[in-house]
Amino acid sequence: MTLTAVILLGAFHGINPSMGWLFAVARGLQERSRDLLLQSLPVIALGHLASVAVVVLIVSATGSLVTGSVLSIASGVLLVGFGLWHLLSKRHFRWVGMRVSLPQLAAWSFLMSSVHGAGLMLLPVLTRLPAATTAAGGHHHGGALSGGMVVAGIHTLAMFVTATVIALVVYEFAGLTILRKAWFNLDRMWAFALVGAGAITLATAW
Amino acid sequence: MTLWKPDPTFYPSPRDAAAAPAEKLAYVAAFDRSANRPDALTVLDTDPESASYGAIVGWTDLPYTGDELHHFGWNACSSALCPSAPHPHLERRYLIVPGLRSSRIYVYDTKDLVSPELVKVIEAEDLGKRAGYSRPHTVHCGPEGLYVSALGGYGEEGPGGIAVLDHTSFEVLGRWESDRGPQYLAYDFWWHINHDVMVTSEWGTPSMIEDGVVGESLLGRQYGHRLHFWDLRRRRHVQEVDLGDQYQMVLELRPAHDPRKKYGFAGVVTNVEDLSASIWVWYEEGSRWAVRKVVDIPAEPAAADDLPDVLKPFGAVPPLVTDIDLSVDDKYLYVSCWGTGELKQYDVSDPFKPVETGSIHLGGVVRRTSHPAAPSERLSGGPQMIEVSRDGRRVYMTNSLYGSWDDQFYPDGVGAWMAKVDTAGFTLDERFFPHGDDFRGLRPHQTRLQGGDASSDSYCYP
Repeated sequence: MTLTAVILLGAFHGINPSMGWLFAVARGLQERSRDLLLQSLPVIALGHLASVAVVVLIVSATGSLVTGSVLSIASGVLLVGFGLWHLLSKRHFRWVGMRVSLPQLAAWSFLMSSVHGAGLMLLPVLTRLPAATTAAGGHHHGGALSGGMVVAGIHTLAMFVTATVIALVVYEFAGLTILRKAWFNLDRMWAFALVGAGAITLATAW
Repeated sequence: MTLWKPDPTFYPSPRDAAAAPAEKLAYVAAFDRSANRPDALTVLDTDPESASYGAIVGWTDLPYTGDELHHFGWNACSSALCPSAPHPHLERRYLIVPGLRSSRIYVYDTKDLVSPELVKVIEAEDLGKRAGYSRPHTVHCGPEGLYVSALGGYGEEGPGGIAVLDHTSFEVLGRWESDRGPQYLAYDFWWHINHDVMVTSEWGTPSMIEDGVVGESLLGRQYGHRLHFWDLRRRRHVQEVDLGDQYQMVLELRPAHDPRKKYGFAGVVTNVEDLSASIWVWYEEGSRWAVRKVVDIPAEPAAADDLPDVLKPFGAVPPLVTDIDLSVDDKYLYVSCWGTGELKQYDVSDPFKPVETGSIHLGGVVRRTSHPAAPSERLSGGPQMIEVSRDGRRVYMTNSLYGSWDDQFYPDGVGAWMAKVDTAGFTLDERFFPHGDDFRGLRPHQTRLQGGDASSDSYCYP
């Protein structure tokens, strides 16, 4: 069940054009090079992984200091707050520059994923990992961290596979005209999901 | 609030945009030269099926007088689909309308309205204190929000440059340039968005334009004659390209819409050596930018009696290329010769070898050619601001250049008219000719077409 959620969340990020596959397709189209598209996707996934891993690190570090319920409540509040901010704020991600190197593309992906709160949605999963819920269990710390990193890895892999499939289908067959009809406002849906997940985390923590 | 689906007027590629449905409305900025009455945003019916086709169906007076409306642009456009910071669920809805003389910038809402409604006024002080500029001119929607070029400094002649506005709150965020290098004069700008390249052009400072063209400055070759290339991302000046100081006033910039391409067209108003006008192409040569003159349009000899005072000493009418516009498919370039009263069409499939494929005369300093819809009326002014529809089938033009310059070249009155050309046969549409009293004494300047046009959008996908 938990694993399914982690994979589905990854797939959701993979589908979202703003999270990377579209940039990969644009780079491929610009240079008429499928190779450039294929090179871009792992780099984008790496940036995404780094963003999620930061959340894992914070959770595992915090989890070794506070009780599981405190961690859950803090996570819930954070999710609700971040989701509301996304819904209500008019600010959005800014990045100028279409000609980026692969390291810059990784940095772009890291920032885009972080602003998006990609890792935050894993909070409910991470806070339920056995090791993290053992309050102040210093000797379990390594277990929480490695468990969290496995979650981050599976999540990112799902994101990478989904993004690659979509990028190739769009590049080879579908064409970008499809964006005009199919680009559903996933960011707003995501914000609602963050608030919902936060609310559920809070409700179950009590 | 954002939309659930992308704004239907955003197109990933120029090819998609060229397949867009025809515009049903055109917005035209009109100003009162006497500054006694407010300027206005006027709205024309461009739907041939409509009973009011060719008539002014919307009219919004500005809240103040003396703004001198000139150019304007949309709050959002197809660049919202660009992958680096996409925000496709914004709406193309607000017109950002600068007053070139007042330095105010107005924001008008057009959604579900015929006559736009004012939603915000940015005062000259806001623009001045935050960005250091005055005399706002060209507006483009782009990666950092809204970019607005300005001809003058705040309380000073210059340098002119570009201000950045937030594209949701429309607050002035500040000056765009982090390193302007030798650039001082400003006018138009646009970019090669996928190459992170900005291009800017040069007209003159406020004192060189506001009371009319200054003869000594023109013959002294002090108006702009350079192009500037910038790093769009780092906001840094990269290279200055001088066309030669005889080429005075490098105005409109029309980069290729195809985001893979790195060339564009610039129009030069006049060569002071022979009063000819010219079209230039900029392109990349190795890692440097270069320019090449690809069209020369000669002056036409005329009797001094037929000429306004400003031209009498020369015995000729300069073509005065004051606007150019490139079709979305990058195949045709339209050139207005405001002095000789001519709209020219060039096939620019090979940008270095333009081929003239069409010509229409209307107005002109000497010719005063009439419109077929009103054959008995001798027209003043000439084709000036041009706008090409996204599908390239229609070209709209208005006849006023800039208040004080109108008065110099057409001292008996520049009049007011707008015309439309169907590009299939390159003929004037006899059903579309709002003129004279239709504009209630105001002079029409730039046209913006509903949903976007050939000079409003940039595309990130080929």
